[in-house]
Amino acid sequence: MSDTREPEAKRRGSVGSKTPERSVRFESLSGIPIKALYTPADLTGKSYEERLGAPGEYPFTRGVYPTMYRGRPWTMRMFAGFGCPEDTNARFKYLLAQGQTGLSTAFDMPALMGYDADHPRARGEVGKEGVSISTLDDFERLFADIPLGEVTTSMTINCTASVALAMYLVVAEKQGVAWDRVGGTMQNDMLKEFIAQKEWICPPEPAVRIVTDMIEFTSKHVPRFNPVSISGYHIREAGSTAVQELAFTLADGLAYVDAALARGLDVDSFAPRLSFFFDIHNDFFEEIAKLRAARRMWARFMKERFGAKKPESMRLRTHTQTAGVSATAQQPLNNVARVAIQALAAVLGGAQSLHTNSYDETWALPTEDAVTVALRTQQIIAEETGVALTIDPLGGSYYLEKLTDQMEEAALGYVRTIDAMGGMIRAIDAGYPQKEIADAAYRYQLMDDRGEKVVVGVNKYVMKEERPINFLKIDETVELEQIEKVRRFKASRDARRVERRLAQLADACTNGQNLMPVLIDAVRDYASLGEVADVYRRVFGLYREPIIF
Amino acid sequence: MAERTVRVVVAKPGLDGHDRGAKIVARALRDAGFEVIYTGLHQTPEQIVTTAVQEDADAIGLSVLSGAHNYLFKRVLELLKEKGAEDVVVFGGGIIPPEDIAALKTLGVKELFTPGTSTQDIVRFVRQHVRAAV
Repeated sequence: MSDTREPEAKRRGSVGSKTPERSVRFESLSGIPIKALYTPADLTGKSYEERLGAPGEYPFTRGVYPTMYRGRPWTMRMFAGFGCPEDTNARFKYLLAQGQTGLSTAFDMPALMGYDADHPRARGEVGKEGVSISTLDDFERLFADIPLGEVTTSMTINCTASVALAMYLVVAEKQGVAWDRVGGTMQNDMLKEFIAQKEWICPPEPAVRIVTDMIEFTSKHVPRFNPVSISGYHIREAGSTAVQELAFTLADGLAYVDAALARGLDVDSFAPRLSFFFDIHNDFFEEIAKLRAARRMWARFMKERFGAKKPESMRLRTHTQTAGVSATAQQPLNNVARVAIQALAAVLGGAQSLHTNSYDETWALPTEDAVTVALRTQQIIAEETGVALTIDPLGGSYYLEKLTDQMEEAALGYVRTIDAMGGMIRAIDAGYPQKEIADAAYRYQLMDDRGEKVVVGVNKYVMKEERPINFLKIDETVELEQIEKVRRFKASRDARRVERRLAQLADACTNGQNLMPVLIDAVRDYASLGEVADVYRRVFGLYREPIIF
Repeated sequence: MAERTVRVVVAKPGLDGHDRGAKIVARALRDAGFEVIYTGLHQTPEQIVTTAVQEDADAIGLSVLSGAHNYLFKRVLELLKEKGAEDVVVFGGGIIPPEDIAALKTLGVKELFTPGTSTQDIVRFVRQHVRAAV
């Protein structure tokens, strides 16, 4: 009952007071004030069981599995994709040979927005931001020689995720792999598209209907597959604070659960396969606290709001990625250090899966050398540092536990606001999360501009002359070749069959049946990604965003 | 007679949805006293030039992070020329490698701002290089 209660000033007056505190902001990146010292007094009010519990047990604060990395390390899953399918297939194989343990696919903007490579709106964009995919043939080439019964694949694709899933399942079928052995994740989180990543075709209601179709379909036919990766990463990258990222992501999750329940599904039939995806930014302890708070909050929502019975329904499993926005174009090798520290935070935060950025990614897609360093970063953490030898090693830290509590409380405030608006879809219609993000992004930029936040190499420790580095360049011939391949593919099909399938798809869209079986039939008969997207455009209409800045 | 306020169209051409920077630039320019028209996402070069002509814009700021900058900037410049609107200042930013920056400037892009730029640099640029049409 002594030192821990002494006021700050008195404590500062003791040994070491010749060094008064620096004039920096003592607060986390999301603005939570940070004290000089945390003590047991910061953690009164809750028992260990209430606040933490054991790993693998409600409320899962310390981790979703009983053995965590002692049983199996996190999946090292490097996001990859560029050029034509053969280019990406080669990068997939390279990364697997270098020890990554799962695939993660980046698609180009035309595929992400529902345009085939030969569409006028794809001009200049083919293969630039990810791999060019328009047809089933592209998908087969993308996964050539990759056993889909043995490797899990994550696909970062959203408004056309239904097509990607259909194509993936047909490729598996062609490999002789039964769907109940197929494992992977579709990002397929449309709510965060309207909020942050901005890849859309139709408005929120039909978009969520398609997501729900995929949740329902996979729960019955592809049980090892995660049909959604409810994402905070993009929300954070668009400029939100860590607290907003946490709140908006979970609120999106609540909306998907609501939608699936409204469909008549039993919560325990689909909730175990809802997965998540968080950003890992610079504030080391805040990011660890964020993941722990996320697990605890989600477990409580699933149990108390939705009455889930299975522990698997309450477990927040998450992929993580080191923060793209924290990387600098100046002195790019510094990004290796940033990524290493962020990756460590992801591991100490108990992530199930991790992508580490390459140091050259502020300039271009990663070169082979750069992506190797990024993968090795994870391997060094796993094999050399010892941090994975025990579960939740930072659990019990006065600072970390207090920060976890504070983030949970702050995030709950936002969730209550969104609840009061009628849920996330209503909040999106009202422009609420979009405005919060734009405001936070602007505030952050002003702090950067004024030097109130130090960015090493950019507003402090700046170097006039920098050694140039070599970037990956996507050859312009990729676009021409892909266009040619798509044209030939389309010319070689039974065009009438495709037309019939697309008409059936349009019917399924309007009569409310689950789209997936009809879509898979259409893909088997060689309907292209753009053609399916065109059906969605025609039937559901185009989304127009509110102009908010 | 006082010059009218400089009008800037801030646009996102192509399929790229990364609008954090474009929105910040739009807001910074607005806060600095310029008239800003933000087009929103997924604009074709045709739509952007039409907006700029309709709105009597003095400058167009294009934001491209998708790697499609060479085609998109070039197309906007071509269309401005076709419409006889060549004195509209075209600038922009995003993820654009140094050698492409040089090439685009040769084509007529006035300035390109890459990651790490402060909003004040952009405000200063517009003040110095963009005049309201008489």
